[in-house]
Amino acid sequence: MDFEYLFELLCGGVVKGSIYALIALGYTMVYGIIQLINFAHGEIYMIGAFAAFIVAGILTLSGQSGLTVLVLAAAVAVVYAAAYGYTLEKIAYRPLRKAPRLSPLISAIGASIFLMNYVQLAQTPDFLPFPELVSDFEFMAPIERYVSSVDLLILIVTTLTMVALTVLIKYTRIGKAMRATQQDAVMARLVGINVDRVISATFIIGSMLAAIAGVLIASRTGQINSAIGFMAGIKAFTAAVLGGIGNIPGAVLGGLVLGIAETLGAGYISSAYEDVFAFALLVLILILRPAGLLGKAVKQKV
Amino acid sequence: MTAAAKLLEVSGLTMDFGGLRAVDDASLTICAGEIVALIGPNGAGKTTFFNCVTGIYAPTAGDIVMHPPGAAPSRINGMKPNRITALGMARTFQNIRLFPAMTVLENVMIGRHCRTRTSIVDAIVSSRRALREERETVDKSYRLLQRVGLADVADEFSRNLPYGAQRRLEIARALATDPFLLLLDEPAAGMNPQETRELDELIVRIRAEDRLAIPLIEHDMKLVMNISDRIYVMEYGKEIAQGTPREIKENPRVIEAYLGEETHA
Amino acid sequence: MIRLKRSLTIGLWFMFLALPLMVVRVNTLNHEIEWRWSNMIWVGVCAFAVAWMRQFALARRSARPAPAVNPAQRRSLMQRLADDAPLSRRLLIAISVLAIVFPWAVSTGQNFYHVNVMVSALIFVVLGLGLNITVGLAGLLDLGYIAFFAVGAYTYALLSKNFDLGFWTCLPLGGVIGMLFGVVLGFPILRLRGDYLAIVTLGFGSITKIVLENWDTLFGGAAGIAGIPRPELFGLVLDGREKAVYSYYIVLALVALTVFVTSRLKNSRIGRAWMALREDEIASVAMGVDMARTKLSAYALGAFWAGLVGVVFAAHNNFINPDSFTFMDSAMILAMVVLGGMGSIVGVIIAALTLKLLPEYLRAFADYRMLIFGALMVLMMIFRPQGLISDMRRKYEYGRRRRDGDGEER
Repeated sequence: MDFEYLFELLCGGVVKGSIYALIALGYTMVYGIIQLINFAHGEIYMIGAFAAFIVAGILTLSGQSGLTVLVLAAAVAVVYAAAYGYTLEKIAYRPLRKAPRLSPLISAIGASIFLMNYVQLAQTPDFLPFPELVSDFEFMAPIERYVSSVDLLILIVTTLTMVALTVLIKYTRIGKAMRATQQDAVMARLVGINVDRVISATFIIGSMLAAIAGVLIASRTGQINSAIGFMAGIKAFTAAVLGGIGNIPGAVLGGLVLGIAETLGAGYISSAYEDVFAFALLVLILILRPAGLLGKAVKQKV
Repeated sequence: MTAAAKLLEVSGLTMDFGGLRAVDDASLTICAGEIVALIGPNGAGKTTFFNCVTGIYAPTAGDIVMHPPGAAPSRINGMKPNRITALGMARTFQNIRLFPAMTVLENVMIGRHCRTRTSIVDAIVSSRRALREERETVDKSYRLLQRVGLADVADEFSRNLPYGAQRRLEIARALATDPFLLLLDEPAAGMNPQETRELDELIVRIRAEDRLAIPLIEHDMKLVMNISDRIYVMEYGKEIAQGTPREIKENPRVIEAYLGEETHA
Repeated sequence: MIRLKRSLTIGLWFMFLALPLMVVRVNTLNHEIEWRWSNMIWVGVCAFAVAWMRQFALARRSARPAPAVNPAQRRSLMQRLADDAPLSRRLLIAISVLAIVFPWAVSTGQNFYHVNVMVSALIFVVLGLGLNITVGLAGLLDLGYIAFFAVGAYTYALLSKNFDLGFWTCLPLGGVIGMLFGVVLGFPILRLRGDYLAIVTLGFGSITKIVLENWDTLFGGAAGIAGIPRPELFGLVLDGREKAVYSYYIVLALVALTVFVTSRLKNSRIGRAWMALREDEIASVAMGVDMARTKLSAYALGAFWAGLVGVVFAAHNNFINPDSFTFMDSAMILAMVVLGGMGSIVGVIIAALTLKLLPEYLRAFADYRMLIFGALMVLMMIFRPQGLISDMRRKYEYGRRRRDGDGEER
C-alpha cells in the first residue's frame, strides 16, 4: 500500500473539496430559502474568476505583483460577483417566486446559458492564463509535494471564510433573518422580516463565496475559461446534495467527501473518468438517499 | 349492522411519524350500506387514519382488511394506493386534489383508468376494443357528471369551477372507479348551508343508488348528525367514543373534547 | 419623474456590471489592455431604454380597466382553429403538400443546402415530439434526453460497421434499444420529483457523453465514428442531392409518424393517465393509476423516438462524435417542449423549427445565437410560462339527451 501516494491524493482531495464546499454553500443556501436550484451559480463563480483576472491583468501589466494584487483582484471579484448574483435574482427569479417549480428551473437554465455566452462573447472563448501571484513560501518546501503554497492558501482562506459565514448565520441579525425565512417564509414576513431583502442577501453572500472560490481556483490552475462554470456548478451542486441540500455544514461535508472521492477515483481507477465519479455519486445519492448525509427527509402533506 | 356484511375491518391501527404517534390503536369496522362519520378536533388523526387505510402511508402497526363483496378478504397494509382503489376503495381529499389542466369530464374519466384495459398499442391503432372502451368511458363519466349536477360544465377546465362544484367533481371522480367503499374527507368544508344540504342529499342518494358504504370525515355537525348511521370520535389519535348520533351527542367525553366548538344549529 | 430616476439608476447599474467584462479586455499575448468604452455606453443606453419602456407598459396596464371577458369562456386562436374541423383539415392538407414538394422547390442539382438544413431541423422536431411525451404529457423532467439520441446513433454506427446491418434493419433496432435504455434509466428514478429528477437525468446524460468520449476502443472516443453508411433505397446507395432529398423524406415520414402516434396516445387512456400523473401524482395514484408502469411507459416511449431518429442522424451525417450530444442539446430540446407548450404537438413543432431554422437563416446573429436562446428562456418563463400553445383539450361527444318541443329533457 503506497501511503505516500494515498496521502498525496488525500491532500489534493481536501483542497479540491474545499473549493467545492465554497461553491456548494451558495447552492445550499439558496435552495434552503427558496427551494430553487440556482443553475446559474456556476456562472457566477466563473464571472468572479474573470473579474479577478481582469484586475490582476491590469495590475500586473502595470508592474505590480504578489499577494497584494491577488487580494485586490479577489476584492473586486467578490464585489462584482455579488452584483451579478443580486441582478440575476432580481431579473430571472424574483418574478417567478409564485410560479410552479418548472418555470424558475427553466429560467435558471436560460440564465446560465446567457451568462456563459455573455462572457464568451464579451471576452473570449479561449483559455486565459491567470498570473502567478503566489510565490512559494519557503517553509512549505518539505511538504511541497503534497501541499503546495497555493493549496495552503486555499485551505486557509476557505477555513476563514466558513468560520466567517458561521458567525454571520449564527450571531448577526441578517443571519437570524435568513434562518427564520428558511424555516417559514410566511411567518417571517408576518413578524416583519423583509423577505425580499433576505433572499437578495442570500444570493449576494453565496455569490461572494463563489467568487472567492473562483479566484482561488484560478490561482491554482493558472488559467480560466468561460466554460468552467458549468462543470464546477454541477459538481458543487452534487456536493450540496450529498451533504443535504439546505444544510450549511452539509455543504462543507459534501464538498470534502466529493473532492476526496473524485481524487481517489481519478488516482486509483482512471483520471479520464474523473467527472463520471462525481455524476455517479450524484445519481446514487439522489436515488438512495435524497436527503443527503446530514439532511432530514421531508414528508409531503397529503 | 349485525345482518349487513363487513366491508372494511381496521384493527389496532397505529401510525408513527418519527416520535409523533398520529394514530393510536384505532379500530373500526364498516359494514355494507353504512355512513360512518369520523369526527374529532383538528389534529385528532382522522385524515391520517384515512391515509393509512387508502395506502398513502404504510401503518406502523395494526391490520387493515378489506372484504370485497364476492371475493376473498385482503389485508391491505402498505399496499399501493392504486391497487387498493382497484380492489374497490375510493376517496376524496381534504384539500381538493383535482387535475387543473384537464377538463371536468376528463377528471372523471381518470377514475375509469383502473376499470379499463386499453393498452398503448390498442390506443395507437385505435382498435375496436379501444374505441369501444373510450366510448364507454365517456358515457359513464358523463352520466356521473349528470348525477352530481355538473353535466353542463363538462368541457370546462376543472380549475375554473367554483369551490363547491370542485368538491362535487371529486366525488364524481371517485365514483368513477366503481368502488364499494367511498371515503370522503371533509366533503362539506367551505360550503355554505345551502350547498351543505345539497351535499347531504347527494351522499344519501349515492349510498342508496350505488349500494356503497361511506366513511366520512366531517366538522359540520349538522351534516354528521343528519346522515350518519354511526359516529366514531377521535382525539389525539385515539378513539374516545363510538356509537349512534344520539349516543354521541350525549356522550360527556365527546362534549368535553369539543368544548368551545359550536355545533351548527 | 420617478420613472426617469429609476431608469437612470438601472442604466447606471448595468453600466457598472458591464464595466469589467465588456469594457476591459486583457490581451496577455502582447501584454496590453483594450478599453472598449463604447460598449458600456451602449449597455447603459439599452438598459435605460428597456427600463423606461417596462415602467411605461406597467403604468399603462394598471390604468386600463380589467378585461370584461370571462377567462373561462375565452377561446384562444388555436382552440378555435382546432374546433373548426373542415378548416383544420384543409390547413393540414396544405401543410402536407408544402412539406412534400419542399425539397424540389428550394433546391437545384448542385445546391441542396436548404434541404440539409431542413433535415437537421426535422430531426430536432422528432426529438422535441419525443421529449414532449416524457416532459410535456407526463411531466417527467428530463435534462439528459440527448443520451437516447446518442444511443440510437451509436447503435446504427456500430451495427452497420461491425455487423454490416443495413439502415432499415437498424432503424427499428435503434428505437428499441433507445426504449430499453429509457426503461433502465427510468426505473431507479421513479420516486424522484421535480428538481431532483431534473438533476439526476442531467447526470445520466453527462455520464453517457463522458463514457462515449473516453471509451476509445468501442465508441471511437472523442474522434467518434466515421464512414457510417447512408440509407439505401432498394439496394441503391444515393449520392449528393438525391441523398439529401431521400433523408428529407425519411425524416418527414418520421415526423408524420410521431405526430400520429402522439396525438392518438394523447387522447387515450394512457395519455390521460400521463397528464393526471403530471398534474397531481398523489391524486392520480389514489384514482387507480399505476405510477410505476405509467411513468416507465412515458420514459420508454420518449426514448424510443430519440433512438429512432438517432439512427437517421447517423445515417444522414455519415459521421458522429460525442460533440453532437451535449447538455446544450438536451437543454435546447427541453426548451422546445416548454416554449412550445407542454403537451402541445403543434406548439412543439413550431418551437423546434423556430429554434433550429432561425439561427441558420439569420446568420448575422449567429454569434449571439446562444445568448438570445438563454435570454429567450428567461423571458418566456416570465411573460408566457404556458408556452406558445397551451390548454387545448379535445371535445368529447357525450350522449346529449334529446329534447322534445318544449325543451324538456327526455
